[in-house]
Amino acid sequence: MTRFAETPHIRRKLRNELLARLFFGAMAMAMVVPLLLIVGFVVIKGAPAMTWEFFTENPRRGGTAGGIWPALVGTLYLIILSLCVSAPIGVLAAVYLNEYARENWLTRIVNLAVVNLAGVPSIVHGLFGLGAFVYALHFGKSILAASLTLSIMTLPVIIASTKEALASVPMSFREACWNVGASRWQTIWHIVLPNSISGILTGVILQVSRAAGETAPVMLTGVATFKAIEGHGLFLYHLREQCMALSMHLFYIRTQASGAPEELSYAIASTLLGVVLAVNATAIVFRIYLRSRKKW
Amino acid sequence: MTVVSPRAPGPSTARRAARSRLAVLGERGIELLIRLCGISAIAFVFGIFFFVFREGAPYLPHLDPRQFFFDTHWYPSSDPPRYGAGALIVGTLSVTLLSMVIAVPFGLGAAVFVSEFCRNRTKETLKIVIELLAAVPSVVWGFIGMSVLGPIIKDVFHVPLGVNMFNAALLLALMSVPIMVSIGEDALKAVPDSYREAALALGATRWQTVHRVLFPAAKNGLLAAVLLGVGRAIGETMAVLMATGHSARIPDSIFDPVQTLTATIAAELGETRQGSEHYQVLFLIGVLLFSLTFLVNLIADAIVKGIRRK
Repeated sequence: MTRFAETPHIRRKLRNELLARLFFGAMAMAMVVPLLLIVGFVVIKGAPAMTWEFFTENPRRGGTAGGIWPALVGTLYLIILSLCVSAPIGVLAAVYLNEYARENWLTRIVNLAVVNLAGVPSIVHGLFGLGAFVYALHFGKSILAASLTLSIMTLPVIIASTKEALASVPMSFREACWNVGASRWQTIWHIVLPNSISGILTGVILQVSRAAGETAPVMLTGVATFKAIEGHGLFLYHLREQCMALSMHLFYIRTQASGAPEELSYAIASTLLGVVLAVNATAIVFRIYLRSRKKW
Repeated sequence: MTVVSPRAPGPSTARRAARSRLAVLGERGIELLIRLCGISAIAFVFGIFFFVFREGAPYLPHLDPRQFFFDTHWYPSSDPPRYGAGALIVGTLSVTLLSMVIAVPFGLGAAVFVSEFCRNRTKETLKIVIELLAAVPSVVWGFIGMSVLGPIIKDVFHVPLGVNMFNAALLLALMSVPIMVSIGEDALKAVPDSYREAALALGATRWQTVHRVLFPAAKNGLLAAVLLGVGRAIGETMAVLMATGHSARIPDSIFDPVQTLTATIAAELGETRQGSEHYQVLFLIGVLLFSLTFLVNLIADAIVKGIRRK
């Protein structure tokens, strides 16, 4: 920067500029640093306990010894089942909002509902799941009730990202398709969805990470503090029975189980953190890759 | 952004080739399904309110609003039980307020830095870190509060308990900063570049531009960002359950333990019998929480919409 004759005024101005830059930079760094420190600390403290047996064995003595195998399986069940419900509904809802909805009061209300659905506290989702799925529909506290609760909770994530993906497909693609005589649905199916599938998948991945980490809603609707897996085979849990989950297991071991060794809770925390961050990192890498090969 | 609006030309019927009746019917069916899914969001929001309210409603005739809102004695298991949620409401509000005092400068400061002060490469990296920060599950935050932050607070401030209001507020701040940064950055991005160019042409530094031009122009959007952070903090459950110390009384200092509405439900619902008084009161607290966050989100949304229309 070439400087003209520096009057005190200008000097003050430049000093303030530097101070502002440092201040805002520090505010931004204040978020990077804790993330790195926390992840690093938790992983280092947990690493000694993360053995092969830790991942593949049932917990013993009320969870204070042994592994986390049932919690891993339970979390996987909850993710897959909730995804089966929320992915189709969420994608179709986004298709409606972006491709069909006219600009009228109904659309405004739907958009408002999506925003508010995203803002409902997770514990209230849990109360809803308990009242609706566990009691009103008589599913009982079960994997089924818990994953339905999760799917409604994560619906806004999928709707928002799918909407964004659909909106990024240029209008000219649709017009070209309509001009050769295709109907609105044919256009969506053959042109809009294939061109936005990557963005939609990113949303689905984010839903997975959200579902994996939630505790409060599943704690009320179907996740048990202790439930060992006895058998082997493909279906380790039934839909109508309770299961364990990583997030709940961490809460239980840290707050309820007395006498659990410290490394164990750190190991569970780093496993959960690892799963969630790995899933998110996949979504980010996926997005960067897609942006680099976008055709328009 | 392409949003297919009604005024945009739709598919032409003139050139459409004859299709089998089955295909046409199938398309009708799929479009119906799409419409149903589209409006399902409304059904879910109403459904949530309905089912939560339904479980709590039988207690409404017995509810003394003055006691519920202002009595600070939450003794659900004494005989006769007292359901004074005053301390819980104070707990929720005080933790939220303290977390916002911490989070607002960080959140908005980081939003300004990301949007105005840094180059592309740094910007992308920071945005990724913020996204990852947002992804950390709340139970992990709670664990960090108990195991890492608690002992540190105890040593640094010489207080008897590491898990207290300050601990939880720090965690909530870290949890609500990401949403503030992303919404705040959108708000700053929405200010036309011509404003910045005009300010620079007058010889303003970047800080002067931010302070005198961008803040006034993006004020509503920044407010919405803060409100969404507030909504997030009010509704947070696991982190505050683990890190507040969970004790229902009016705090004297920021290092006192508190108990929040959300944590009360999470901690006590498991012990109650379906249909008991305690159970119903907990659902009514759920209704209160739903209404609170609904209101906050509604206001934030109205502000954001107002900006877009301008």
